[in-house]
Amino acid sequence: MKNAKEVVVEKSLMLIAFSAIFMLFLIAVFIFKEGSPLIFKIGLKNFILSAKWSPLEGQFGILAMIIGSLWITAGALVIGVPLGLGCAILLSEFLPRGITAFLKPTIELLAGIPSVVYGFIGVVVLVPFIRERFGGPGLSVLAGSIILGIMILPTIISISIDALQAVPRSYREGSLALGATQWQTISMVTLKAARSGILASIILGMGRAVGETMAVIMVAGNAVKIPNSIFNPARTLTTNIALEMGFATGDHRAALFATGVVLFVIIMILNILANYAFGKRK
Amino acid sequence: MMEKGIFKLTICSLAVICACGCARRHSITMAGSTAFLPFAEQLAEDYMKKFPGTNINVQGGGSAVGIQSALNGTAQIGMADLITLPESAKDLKKFVAANDGICLIVHPSNKVENLTTKQIRGIYSGEIKNWKEVGGIDKPITVVSREAGSGTRSSFEDLMFKGIKLAGSAIIGDSNGTVREMVINDPYAIGYISHGVVNEKVKALKVDGVPPEYDNFVCGRYKLLRPIYLLIRAEYETQTKEILEYILGPEGQDTIKEQGLIPAGACGKY
Repeated sequence: MKNAKEVVVEKSLMLIAFSAIFMLFLIAVFIFKEGSPLIFKIGLKNFILSAKWSPLEGQFGILAMIIGSLWITAGALVIGVPLGLGCAILLSEFLPRGITAFLKPTIELLAGIPSVVYGFIGVVVLVPFIRERFGGPGLSVLAGSIILGIMILPTIISISIDALQAVPRSYREGSLALGATQWQTISMVTLKAARSGILASIILGMGRAVGETMAVIMVAGNAVKIPNSIFNPARTLTTNIALEMGFATGDHRAALFATGVVLFVIIMILNILANYAFGKRK
Repeated sequence: MMEKGIFKLTICSLAVICACGCARRHSITMAGSTAFLPFAEQLAEDYMKKFPGTNINVQGGGSAVGIQSALNGTAQIGMADLITLPESAKDLKKFVAANDGICLIVHPSNKVENLTTKQIRGIYSGEIKNWKEVGGIDKPITVVSREAGSGTRSSFEDLMFKGIKLAGSAIIGDSNGTVREMVINDPYAIGYISHGVVNEKVKALKVDGVPPEYDNFVCGRYKLLRPIYLLIRAEYETQTKEILEYILGPEGQDTIKEQGLIPAGACGKY
């Protein structure tokens, strides 16, 4: 017979674990319950393929926000991925383990800085710089992308380092023994072997960029218009919710929940992709 | 038997606790308009000092929250700063606690001093895109507005350009403070904020030649003026009578004037 104490501990741990999942489930149900009636009412096509958003007059088109999210996230990846990957390669392949062991936690500390601080730095430093150099209001897709690009660095760097370090030594030794240079070894052997982990880090970084709100509200300008240049202001799905939730009632509120539904679906897809990429490695 | 006893005991003690709690403190919650929030806090503090033993809770949340919480009873007094209250608020008792001016603000380096109603409409609808069209330098105008649902925005639109749509390229700030910050940081921006929030780092424009000054607000010469309503459900009227009398009475109105809003009675009828 199993020790009774053990059973109690086991069951209570299971209860705690399930309550976390149950929470997630409740949140999902709640968002869909509040948001989806409006989508059915005005039609999915009118909701996600129209750029006319004036909730007080009953126009609920979120195309401008979807495209705004895509632009800003893509921009964040253009900035964050080369920087993050470069940093991960340097830390795992070139620097001695001791220095990496010190630098990696330092970089991970970046993830702990509140997003409002990033946003503030963006407003006082980056936005005036963009306005003076490139014209326009400064509050723009570019400002949002740069700030988010920096914010996703810790995610990309730390997961990529883990992936690179998981590549067996023998792969590198084999490549070097065949006469390849160190760079050839990294680009042709190590990076290829760590590909799925690096991909997962990028997708997780992307999830963070799509979901980030506060910093984007502060630097992206929040205009409800499809941006046609990176110097135009834009509004993302998350900022749309955060900006208007405080005042919204009735259909307006439902439309914000429906925005949440769209965001939820996008993030779920990203997470499934990330899990798939992780899974492939094993 | 035993269990029943414990049950009775619990009920009794709960009743006692509740009775004590209710009798000791007379508690009132005010919620809503962020524009009126600092003034409401000041008024509540003065009132509690004058009548110790009362407890007034002041919360923000925005005008929509003010109306909602007054309707569903989470707050005895709802605060809303809209020109036109929504249909749902028609059963609530309304009292104008104060009036608030809305100022159009630009960067101090901007040479433009005055805008006509027509020019403001043009700028906010996106027809006028450059400062030189309204007598300024040859630079594109950065139009700053507020998010849909904001009391300041709906009042501004009601007063200024009913029926005209806000330009899509307008930048959106999420509070009076944010809009002011955006204008401070951008030499070519224009925004609108509650006049109590205007400071020396921005320049408030004349509207149709009338400067946004106290005398012009009081006499209604300055166009952009909105009432701040206190909304009360009929059954809370007796409970809130004293605090309401205080706010609308000379003492409360003096505080409101001192803090930079326009007292309710000053305009005659709004």
